[in-house]
Amino acid sequence: MHVLTADATGQRSIDWIPLVIVVILFVVVAVIGFMASRWRTKPSERGLNSLDEWGLGGRGFGTWVTWFLLGGDLYTAYTFVAVPAAMWASGAVSGFFAVPYTIVLYPIVFLLMSRLWSVSHRHGYVTPADFIGGRYKSRPLALAIALTGIVATMPYIALQLVGIKSVLTVLGLGSNTNAFMADLPLIIAFVVLAAYTYTAGLRAPALIAVVKDILIYAAIIVAIIYLPGKVGGWESIFSAADDKLSAVNDATGKPFGAVIPGAGSFNAYWTLALGSAMALFMYPHSITGVLATKSRNTIRRNAMILPLYSLMLGGLALLGYVAIKAGTNPVDFNGAVNAQLVIPQLFTDLFPKWFAGVALAAIAIGALVPAAIMSIAASNLFTRNIYKDYFKKDATPQQEAKVSKLVSLVVKLGALVFVLGMDTSAAINLQLLGGIWILQTFPAIVAGLYTRWFNKWALFAGWAAGILYGTVSAYNVVNPATGKHFGGSIAAFPFTSITVYIGVSAFVVNALVAVVVTLILRAFKVTDTGDTTKPSDYGADENDPKVVEIEAAAAKEQGANPLAP
Amino acid sequence: MTSHDTPTRGPARPGPYILAGILIAIAIVMPLLVPMYASWDPTLWGIPFFYWYQMLWVFIASGLLGLAYLLMRKEDRRRRAEIREGKAV
Repeated sequence: MHVLTADATGQRSIDWIPLVIVVILFVVVAVIGFMASRWRTKPSERGLNSLDEWGLGGRGFGTWVTWFLLGGDLYTAYTFVAVPAAMWASGAVSGFFAVPYTIVLYPIVFLLMSRLWSVSHRHGYVTPADFIGGRYKSRPLALAIALTGIVATMPYIALQLVGIKSVLTVLGLGSNTNAFMADLPLIIAFVVLAAYTYTAGLRAPALIAVVKDILIYAAIIVAIIYLPGKVGGWESIFSAADDKLSAVNDATGKPFGAVIPGAGSFNAYWTLALGSAMALFMYPHSITGVLATKSRNTIRRNAMILPLYSLMLGGLALLGYVAIKAGTNPVDFNGAVNAQLVIPQLFTDLFPKWFAGVALAAIAIGALVPAAIMSIAASNLFTRNIYKDYFKKDATPQQEAKVSKLVSLVVKLGALVFVLGMDTSAAINLQLLGGIWILQTFPAIVAGLYTRWFNKWALFAGWAAGILYGTVSAYNVVNPATGKHFGGSIAAFPFTSITVYIGVSAFVVNALVAVVVTLILRAFKVTDTGDTTKPSDYGADENDPKVVEIEAAAAKEQGANPLAP
Repeated sequence: MTSHDTPTRGPARPGPYILAGILIAIAIVMPLLVPMYASWDPTLWGIPFFYWYQMLWVFIASGLLGLAYLLMRKEDRRRRAEIREGKAV
């Protein structure tokens, strides 16, 4: 068995060739990011003075741009680092579920998102909470959806920094004893990112995503073809993984994991896949990507071609096993084993130096695209559903764009402070909770796309119950090895011993409360019929006269917001 | 905004939607039936069944969505044309 006693003490010297390549590619991307403000903008709209222009890229992305944008948005650098790390540390259940997750994701997207596109384009909605506000005429419910979105997105942005950090660590940056010098590269990367997101809005990540995806596809295709042969072929890779994972962990008295999940973890596996798939398109950054598309069917065509990324993710996950066989030793600066370093370390160990640079750059740039989109989505939520709804009801599109741009800076600064100042595990715990929380917006949003049957207060009660249940049960998961809370996302389903993803249990609690409270309120003849949308809104396509009219108005006139009360 | 609602599409024929719904349901349910594929054998190029079977479903699910898309687009166009022609008359 491959033993993880680190012979290295964590001392790393700077690896110059890959570092230079990473820096060059980073500069290229930064230039593209700044030039993106002039991409597909009419001279009169330079400066991007409305949320439609800044926050949704002019709502004009076609099938291919959307493919790159959503691919870059959903398959983040943290995914690239964390999925193989999970495979390396504990095998299929915590890692490979990402593959069925990103398969069942697209049928769900196919069903739901074109309806959301239609209603949002008829009413000028920019965020999911805009839709909730219009559909249910309920400001508390819209605020709940907006806050959930912002809170769930923040740790996700922080984790993108963790992705960049793992690359920088492997390159040898950050071992400096001076804490400020050690973090300087990360700070520079994020300041540049903040600057071009501020100037170019959603256009910047859309263009950068093209570069990032080409790099990441190249890196992973080469890795999948070249590395297994180099370490002895798939058969020996899987048997090495089996040896490592079936060994008994002294801290828990149980095996570290399994290559093939046992019957006891079947329910955990499929609920993790399904729950994560239901949650992903409730995240504001995914919805931003959907609303930025040109036509109702763009997102449906993308549901057919986006799975190509899932194939790549599957290959990447298997690299976690390749690293087991290759004996990759992911030692951090403090000498401790850090599973997050597995993939960058594997690339540095086994690739020629220049190609290792390309692959590491792909991961680092892969963090910039989602970080940009997430910060845009979070600031759109703040602007539309907090600033405009509660502080300045008559905000003009210019003011909205200005607030959003500033908030995007604050959001990124917050993520940076978080990662530099706190333990990485705090960000990971919060991200785990964020996934559970965002899933609790599913009943209100998805039911709303099809029916107005639910009472708005019932949905609010369901949301609160789901959040409460999910948070408490995630807190109660104690890691047997370290004794810490938030030890994982799997717990027994209420009143049974079947272990499932907590997000799914919380979702069931949420949906049940929403149904029962609606029935009770109806029994007491409480009326709740407020709705600014109409059945025809959910089928409108890009040729619909009202969609055309609203877009034209939003583009040229200020204060012509159809949502204004 | 006016209070009356002009439909964007004519009435739906259930057939294409039921068929597309079945295809979409298959693409969601099949990859989640873990007991069906949680086994080491048969291996493909040394890769256990568990892994290559799930990767295979990337293609199958994408194909099913492609079929569903064609079915729904055809019906959708017919429904929209119905409204447009209705207006023209």
